[in-house]
Amino acid sequence: MNGYDFDLAGARLSALPTGALFWAAEGCLAVSDLHLGRSERYARRAGALLPPYEVEDTLARLDADIAACRPRTVICLGDSFDDAEAAALDERAALWLARMMAGRRWIWIAGNHDPGPVTFAGELRAELALGPLVFRHAAVRGASVRGGSVRGGSVRGAPGEVSGHFHPKVRIAGRGIPCFLVDRQRAILPAYGTYTGGLSAGDAAICGLMGSGALAILTGRTARPMPMPRGRNGQ
Amino acid sequence: MCPLPAPFHDWFATRGWQVHPHQQALLDRADAPSLLLVAPTGGGKTLAGFLPSLVELAAGNRPGLHTLYISPLKALAADIRRNLTRPVEEMGLPVRIEDRTGDTTYTRRRRQRADPPHILITTPESLALLLSYEDAPRIFAGLSRVIVDEVHALAESKRGDQLMLCLARLNRLAPGLRRVGLSATVEDPAAIARFLARHPDPCAIVHADPGPDPDIAMLATEAPPPWAGGGGRYAIPEVLAEVRRHRITLIFHNTRAQAELFFRDLWMANEEMLPIAIHHGSLAREAREKVEAAMVRGDLRAVVCTGSLDLGIDWGDVDLVIQVGAPKNVKRLVQRIGRANHRYNAPSKALLVPANRWEVVECQAALEAVRDHDLDGDPRGPGPRDVLCQHILIAACSGPFEADALFAEVTDAGPYAALTRTEFDACLDFCATGGYALKAYDRWQRLILRDGHWTLRDPRAARDIRMNLGTITDAEMVKVRWQNRLGGAPLGEVEESFASTLTPGETFLIGGQVVRYVGLREMALEVAPAPGREPKIAVYSGTKFSTSTQLSERILRMLGQDAWPDLPRATAEWLSLQREVSRLPVPDRLLVETFPAEGRAHLCAYGFMGRAAQQTLGLLLTKRMEDEGLHPLGFVSTDYATLIWGLDEVPDPAALFDRARLRQGLEGWLAGNAVMKRTFRNVAIVAGLIQRNRAGARKSGRQATFSSDILYDTLRRFDPDHLLLQVTREEAMRGLVSFARIEELLTRVGGRVDHLRLARVTPLAAPLFLEHGRVPVEGAARERLVEETAARLMAEAGLG
Repeated sequence: MNGYDFDLAGARLSALPTGALFWAAEGCLAVSDLHLGRSERYARRAGALLPPYEVEDTLARLDADIAACRPRTVICLGDSFDDAEAAALDERAALWLARMMAGRRWIWIAGNHDPGPVTFAGELRAELALGPLVFRHAAVRGASVRGGSVRGGSVRGAPGEVSGHFHPKVRIAGRGIPCFLVDRQRAILPAYGTYTGGLSAGDAAICGLMGSGALAILTGRTARPMPMPRGRNGQ
Repeated sequence: MCPLPAPFHDWFATRGWQVHPHQQALLDRADAPSLLLVAPTGGGKTLAGFLPSLVELAAGNRPGLHTLYISPLKALAADIRRNLTRPVEEMGLPVRIEDRTGDTTYTRRRRQRADPPHILITTPESLALLLSYEDAPRIFAGLSRVIVDEVHALAESKRGDQLMLCLARLNRLAPGLRRVGLSATVEDPAAIARFLARHPDPCAIVHADPGPDPDIAMLATEAPPPWAGGGGRYAIPEVLAEVRRHRITLIFHNTRAQAELFFRDLWMANEEMLPIAIHHGSLAREAREKVEAAMVRGDLRAVVCTGSLDLGIDWGDVDLVIQVGAPKNVKRLVQRIGRANHRYNAPSKALLVPANRWEVVECQAALEAVRDHDLDGDPRGPGPRDVLCQHILIAACSGPFEADALFAEVTDAGPYAALTRTEFDACLDFCATGGYALKAYDRWQRLILRDGHWTLRDPRAARDIRMNLGTITDAEMVKVRWQNRLGGAPLGEVEESFASTLTPGETFLIGGQVVRYVGLREMALEVAPAPGREPKIAVYSGTKFSTSTQLSERILRMLGQDAWPDLPRATAEWLSLQREVSRLPVPDRLLVETFPAEGRAHLCAYGFMGRAAQQTLGLLLTKRMEDEGLHPLGFVSTDYATLIWGLDEVPDPAALFDRARLRQGLEGWLAGNAVMKRTFRNVAIVAGLIQRNRAGARKSGRQATFSSDILYDTLRRFDPDHLLLQVTREEAMRGLVSFARIEELLTRVGGRVDHLRLARVTPLAAPLFLEHGRVPVEGAARERLVEETAARLMAEAGLG
């Protein structure tokens, strides 16, 4: 699947070129920031009428990842819906989502855009601990390192954190490319939704979270690692 | 003949002035619904336009707005107001004159709406904004005349199309409104007249005396021009000598980056410390105003400038214009030359400085074209529909409208006279519902139909629409200013994409000084002086003009001469050598050379189609070569030729030029190209799909925005016939992609492709090896570039 494999707190994870994260040992697929219904929210607020195809596009890509990975558990890491009203997907999209959910555990992590309960089946969680990992919407500074210093290798017993929220991107060869950010304690996922922007991985808001030696894993045709850029301009 | 009223007559007489014949003609025909005045720069055009208004207003006791004066330049509005106020005061006329632009204060603008002056001087965008207000009918009810300055320049852009839609609306609000257009010399005045007049009103054309022919030549230099590149810096000693010899010299460049570089080197060579300044569109308004004021005071000896001075203040003291780089377009050259000597009936003096050998040929061709009064210009297509979409939204802001009435109104505008009802309805549908095949926004339409009238569903939307008004869609720019501890004064702006390549400590040129990037604060680049450091160059979006069709044809004809006695010797020898070892291109055939060089197979196609079309040709040919396993690696294009390199020699180049296959590439593969995406972005902004400014949006909210590329890709996949994709294709065909010129070439050569296999690089092809802007082949190559960069960075970081 052209993924890039890495270890987080002892778990072997694969960053897929689509922006999804697959944990084969647990049969667990995580995606973040789907922002379903964003075009409708714009319209509702009397903004521009964007091409209303982003739900279909996002679900189609998720469907393909699910078909390829056959996960037992799917974790949506928050901001799955652009707001509570957008969660009222049209019938076709709702059925499509229901079909994908059938026969597997489905977890909605609450995000800042969709803090409340969703109308769909599945479990709603603020965060989820699974084996050595904890899944939450936004990374918590220092949260994954309690009980030890980060210097000199991974800390035994501290959970690895998997989150989203920041929509990280790096600029390379003149293009902004959504990316994973990974260090010894955490993985931050790129936004999976079609209509999502991005924040430069070098931005201070992100930089401060990531330890030295952090990698940016580019999405695209193949997931490719590079050193995480530091400083505003991604250098 | 309409006699001049006494105060006017006396005013002219005390100055020993005479009314020019064309000024009299405009007075005599003041009742015409539309008039176009074609006059050279300095011909008293502005006064000619105003005279009938002043005469009518001199009668006195006329409340409200009488005349609107539309100028394409904000900076000009205040200047014209000052120039006009003087005679009005001297004659003691009861006329109130004001200007209104984006720079006018809020309170003043409010007062102008409540109590409009007799004469309002404004820009197309400010007029559109005025028309978006509910009280527009009251403001414009008594409007009697509208004067469009520099209508030839406006007619070339969407700003002009928008203005004509606004004039159509004005005519409905003020029946009997008369229009006057003021134009520089153009190749087809009738086309400008059709553009200007309310359809189908007639529009008489008044020609002022064109004045004596300009005194124009190529600047002779000690050093021959370089083989490639731009900038003309080799000519600095001679340019400086000319500056010394003249009172005020304007030194025009085709791009801002070249103007910056030239200015820096000129300044370093300027041992006498002659007062020389720089002026271009990316400098801060304060900096530009300082230069303009110094110019008016006569404090400057030279100004290095770009198109930002193509239009503007009449500086009588300019006695020399130097054009650095080939003018690309004869009409623009003539207009630039007209910037020198604004005294009526004095010849303008101009010198051309070709930037490289190719441009020597082009400059010579342009000189001959000027002497032959052979102006060029491509006819414009009908008014673009993205502008119409914005106009519909503006109409909705001002109040509910009926579709039938608005359709009748917009087809009054010259550029939209041929608009069909179906096309109009599609634009209206786009504004109302988004115009998508998937009808998703029934509940959230932007416009809704209520009792036969279209109206904004949510009146709050009006604010966003007004904030995004206008058709100027430059690249995203980032402001540059001094560090706070240095006072924080603004310097200008650079492209966002350039700003994002800067790291703290790096240097670049702006306004002629080298500055060091310190940091980013409140979305502005903060800089500190860095004298003596070698700068990175500021990169501006400044349009790279393509050589016009007519000028290209002239060059081709010139290449067909037996000898070139008019060209500098080095250039003539270069052409002779090409004729000896290969062939010179001729008008009705396409010359294609193939030869090995630098260990790669090369192919050079001399299409003479202008840079944009040659670039498109490069994209299309390399794609076909890739499909056929010919392993192209990259290409580079100039106005004259495209050079492609790759691993394998192309055995039969003629086969590559199959029209159907090229067209296929355009429809399929090229549609995903960055050029198309850039075109789409502009269209989407103008049509209101992308709102650059939103009320209350956080300034730093960059993660809330997503790229127009994603919208483009989504539309192409799910809604390929969407209105905005249609508009994008139309625009790209004429603009950045210029496929129309490729079609012209194929028609002209009709399959007559001359393929020459040569042992080594030819004289004509050699300069292309030195050109900037080499394009790696898209697809596999781009993917490999990302891969290699990532791998290299990993290795450098010891993470491989």
